Amino acid sequence: MSFYTKLKEINTLSFDELFENVTNRDVEKVLKKDRLSEQDFMTLLSPAAENYLEEMAQKSHEITTQHFGKTMQLFLPLYLSDYCVNTCKYCSFSVDNDFPRRRLSMEEIEQEAKIIADMGIKHIILLSGESRMHSSNAYLKESLKVLKKYFSSIGLEIQPLDTEEYQELVDHGIDGLTVYQEVYNEEIYAGIHTKGPKRDFKYRLDTPERGAFAGMRSVNIAALLGLDDWRKESFITGLHAAYLQDNYLETEVGVSFPRIRPNAGDFQPKVDVTDKNLVQALLASRLFLPRSGITISTRETPEFRDQLIPLGVTKMSAASSTVVGGYTEPDATQSQFEISDERSVKEVKELLLAKGYQPVMKDWHILS
Amino acid sequence: MKDSLVIGGVELSSRLFIGTGKYADHHQMKEAITTSESQVVTVALRRVDMDSEADNIVNDIPDHVTLMPNTSGARTADEAIRIARLAKASGMGNWIKIEVISDSKYLLPDNQETVKATEVLAKEGFIVLPYMSPDLMAAKQMEQAGASAIMPLGAPIGSNKGIRMKEMIQIMIDEIKVPIVVDAGIGKPSEAAEAMEMGADAVLVNTAIATADDPINMAHAFNLAVRSGRLGYLSGLGPISKKAHASSPLTGFLG
Repeated sequence: MSFYTKLKEINTLSFDELFENVTNRDVEKVLKKDRLSEQDFMTLLSPAAENYLEEMAQKSHEITTQHFGKTMQLFLPLYLSDYCVNTCKYCSFSVDNDFPRRRLSMEEIEQEAKIIADMGIKHIILLSGESRMHSSNAYLKESLKVLKKYFSSIGLEIQPLDTEEYQELVDHGIDGLTVYQEVYNEEIYAGIHTKGPKRDFKYRLDTPERGAFAGMRSVNIAALLGLDDWRKESFITGLHAAYLQDNYLETEVGVSFPRIRPNAGDFQPKVDVTDKNLVQALLASRLFLPRSGITISTRETPEFRDQLIPLGVTKMSAASSTVVGGYTEPDATQSQFEISDERSVKEVKELLLAKGYQPVMKDWHILS
Repeated sequence: MKDSLVIGGVELSSRLFIGTGKYADHHQMKEAITTSESQVVTVALRRVDMDSEADNIVNDIPDHVTLMPNTSGARTADEAIRIARLAKASGMGNWIKIEVISDSKYLLPDNQETVKATEVLAKEGFIVLPYMSPDLMAAKQMEQAGASAIMPLGAPIGSNKGIRMKEMIQIMIDEIKVPIVVDAGIGKPSEAAEAMEMGADAVLVNTAIATADDPINMAHAFNLAVRSGRLGYLSGLGPISKKAHASSPLTGFLG
């Protein structure tokens, strides 16, 4: 089984025409429904639905409060290594970019862990460039021994692995997998991923499914917004999430809405994705996937993130560093991309409380 | 009239159990627990942060209530058992609400795995309260396995849809000897009263209180509704007649 089969069907749709043909009346009908079909989801992503953002926001807020309460889960990324074997034109870690590469030693990992834990953070995601040699399972298992002392949930955002490799990491305490398809348009994908194993579109597409199959408690997917038409990409991301949720009921499937940020290459986004566009994608996804986790990262500005809080978001990062060793030495080396929201965990917690949201620092307990 | 509920040797005068998720902050939660006059409060072990004095939710639960840790997040009996043991080892007492949910879409409990976990944990001396999909056979198995009370859902969790499983729950109330606590789905005080009028021994409410505009007053409203529903039940509700009784009966001429 693979989402690839579904994707091939999706690709036969004439998106431009379908989106343009949606009328105000179609949107109004969808807004009265409790359970949304794929067609309804498309309706909410259409240009016509832009006239109904407030109604969508009210409904999204209501559904999110009902299922998640007045809470927001906080987490931080921990960058382990910036060695990478791929060329991705929009990423600073791309193998073509020349900068001194680094991988943390166990002592350095402990140092970073202590600093993050001191901020009160209990959930982390381990990140690395994509290099099987540098961010190997052996290295990750060693790291987990150190990290389990400090954290109650540890997710993974590294190179795609095989099912058995994920199973091994799940057995050692990893409970979440984040993997972005970047772009669901195969042609555009080929054009921006020009070197390395990441060129294998289908292997990457099936990665979240391998993770779910291997027993990951949560799987988080996304399209990098700005690489192709955001309406189409958001539609496919939602369908991918629904496919995973339907086939892996035990796994919590989440979605993110990363927009391309300035990076070390000279890559410019193909499509401009405005704040309004991002909000529409987020709201349509919440209404289509009422129980999915929705993450907003520090890629976005503090002002914009604050406004997004009541719209359906359930997870936020705070005080993030996208640099290997960046918590210990804030000014060091090469970041993966620039972040926009530099507020501390304490500031974000205070903001959430002021907005009537309980910051949730711990929402799992490692059992292995 | 003395009317107390005894579970696991604890005598309870309040039949309203309270959940702790979904509140805007711990202070609000604490106030709501107080106004609800609840004596049993459930808390997810996954949310308990023993390392943090300020963030530890347990510190904000009043001392006089019985803490009922739950196994939220468990997808199998084995995970539920491990979470229960961790809760006990963390000093959270020996009550446990078993939640085994392997369905992230509707969050419906897995009765089979719940029976297995009930059996193991009851043998280990836990006061076990399994959360389940209303089903008489599964409830009997849980009772047999040593459950101290059984907690059928009224409607899918967080749905606020009320007692949609009414017939099934009524059968459980009639047939199961241990207390029945209706958990999940109750959206309004009147629905809590309805469960109590049916003869349920208690109800557990979280979403409807925690996400109300005024959770503290809503907790109070539920407190009154549960007491009122219980009193109605104890006072012997009259049979419900489908038609008005005719003042001139058809057989009146028979004398």
